[in-house]
Order: sequence, then structure tokens, then C-alpha cells
Amino acid sequence: MNSAVVVFPGSNCDKDIAYILKEYYNHSVDFIWHKNSIDRNYDLIVIPGGFSYGDYLRSGAIAKFSNAMKSLKSHIDKGARILGICNGFQILTEAGLLPGTLMRNKNLKHICKNIYLKKGSPHNQLTRNLLEDSILEIPISHSEGNYFADSDTIKHLEDTNCILYKYAIDNPNGSVEDIAGITSPDFKIAGLMPHPERAIEEWAPSMDGKKFFENFFQF
Amino acid sequence: MYLGKVNISLKKSVLDPQGTTVMKAFHDLGEKSVIDVRIGKYIEVKLNSSSLEEAKEELDRLCKNLLVNQVIETYQIFIERDEK
Repeated sequence: MNSAVVVFPGSNCDKDIAYILKEYYNHSVDFIWHKNSIDRNYDLIVIPGGFSYGDYLRSGAIAKFSNAMKSLKSHIDKGARILGICNGFQILTEAGLLPGTLMRNKNLKHICKNIYLKKGSPHNQLTRNLLEDSILEIPISHSEGNYFADSDTIKHLEDTNCILYKYAIDNPNGSVEDIAGITSPDFKIAGLMPHPERAIEEWAPSMDGKKFFENFFQF
Repeated sequence: MYLGKVNISLKKSVLDPQGTTVMKAFHDLGEKSVIDVRIGKYIEVKLNSSSLEEAKEELDRLCKNLLVNQVIETYQIFIERDEK
């Protein structure tokens, strides 16, 4: 697979996800600087974690005007898959590519720890091979991960099987319906707050990120 | 030149944990008359528009495009002539 990772000033998880895609999933990976538009065709375009543009104004708000993000829409039309992790999820919501928004954590703190995830919508295709009672232990690291959308939007997400993962056992940030990640109705665009790319290698406290990517790439 | 002033606040339906924390701090200080606190943002934008009406339209567009996230926020704009 050909993948691209978009890099903004302030991105800091770009190298991590590129390394994981290359080493564990045999992707060729190009980095796309935010000032450039995405010219080649890719199977997967990742919007990585970090603090794009210093999180100024609102997390992810300024990134949507970059050339890379403006060119993203044509790649979506051509069938590319998009994965936004953490700040990448915030950027996708700010750009209107996924509904809702990520608000300040309910406890107002930056939370950096391993949390537990369970399946979201029963028929979301990115978790279709995951058992109903599966629990994934994945790290989070964010201040604005409190997913919010109005009740009509949440109902629509549920009706169209767009809820990717929910927090299990404990909701760390106060997100509505314990939502940790969502997808577009065709499952091509996915965004989540947790960092599966940080739970792959043997030295990591959890290797459940592999379960995330196995399910992600089975679609 | 025009000076645009934007007040951004969270929608009433959206919880404001920062405001709640400040309210609790007031209560700890014995300020019993405080019944709610909501925290927002204030932004000034200088505009090189040709008329007050145009400045207002432009500022409204800037709010919708970037300054305000209408999923959770509402805003009010004020425009004045800025001779400086």
C-alpha cells in the first residue's frame, strides 16, 4: 500500500505512524508538508497527532486551510482512505470531514495514560472482526478529546454505524456516549483520539494497537 | 479602517467545565451571589473595508470560516471606525 502522512508545524506523531506503517504493514510512506498539495495517489492518507499550528484558536482549526488539507477532498473522491489520530481527528472535524467537535477534557487536564476501548457501532466495518466483548488497551494523550455533537448528529452516527470505538470501563474525557472515535458512513474516513501507533512494539506497555490496525486494514 | 470585536461564547446547551471551576472557586471564597460563570473568547480584527456594512459582512464571514466553531460556539460582532 502507498500511504502519505501529512506534516504540519507542530505535528509530533508523524514519524511514529510512518514507522509503524513501514515496519509492520509494509507500506511505502511519503511525508507531505502542509504547504504542499497531495499530488500522487495514495491508498491511505494519515493526519497524525501533535499540536498543529500550536493548537492556536482551537485544536485543528487552522490546519484545515493548508494546501495539503484542501487537496485532501479530491483524494477522498478518488477513494483514498483517511485516518486522523488525536490532533488528526480534531483537524478532520474542524475541516467538516467528520461531524462534531473535540472539546476540552471535562477535568480540564491533559490526560496521558493507557485507557480501554470497546467496539462502537455493532456494524462498523473497521471493527467487524472484533468480538463484542473485546477490550483494547491503547494510550491517549490529549487535552481536547471530549467528543461533542448534538443529539441529532449522535443519532445519525448510531443509525449509520459510524461509531468506531467507545471508551470501556472509564470515560477519561467526558465525551458524549463515551465516543473515542468515529467514521464516515462509508467507513473511508476514520478519526480517533487514542494512539494505536503507540501500542505496537514489544517494549510498549500494551500491544493492542495491532488489533486496531489488523481490523482497520481488513476493511 | 474598521475595528471588529468578536465575543465568542459556548452555546447554552454545552457544558463549560472551566466556568464551573471558576464558579466553585468563587464559592470557596465566600462569594455566595455567584450562580453561574461562562468563559468565552474575545478577538479584535482590524479590517481595511470600504464601508461599515462591508466590514460587518467580512467579519461575519471570518467568524464562520475560522474564528467560531458553530458546533459548540455562538458569537456576537461589533464594528467601529478605527482612525488610528
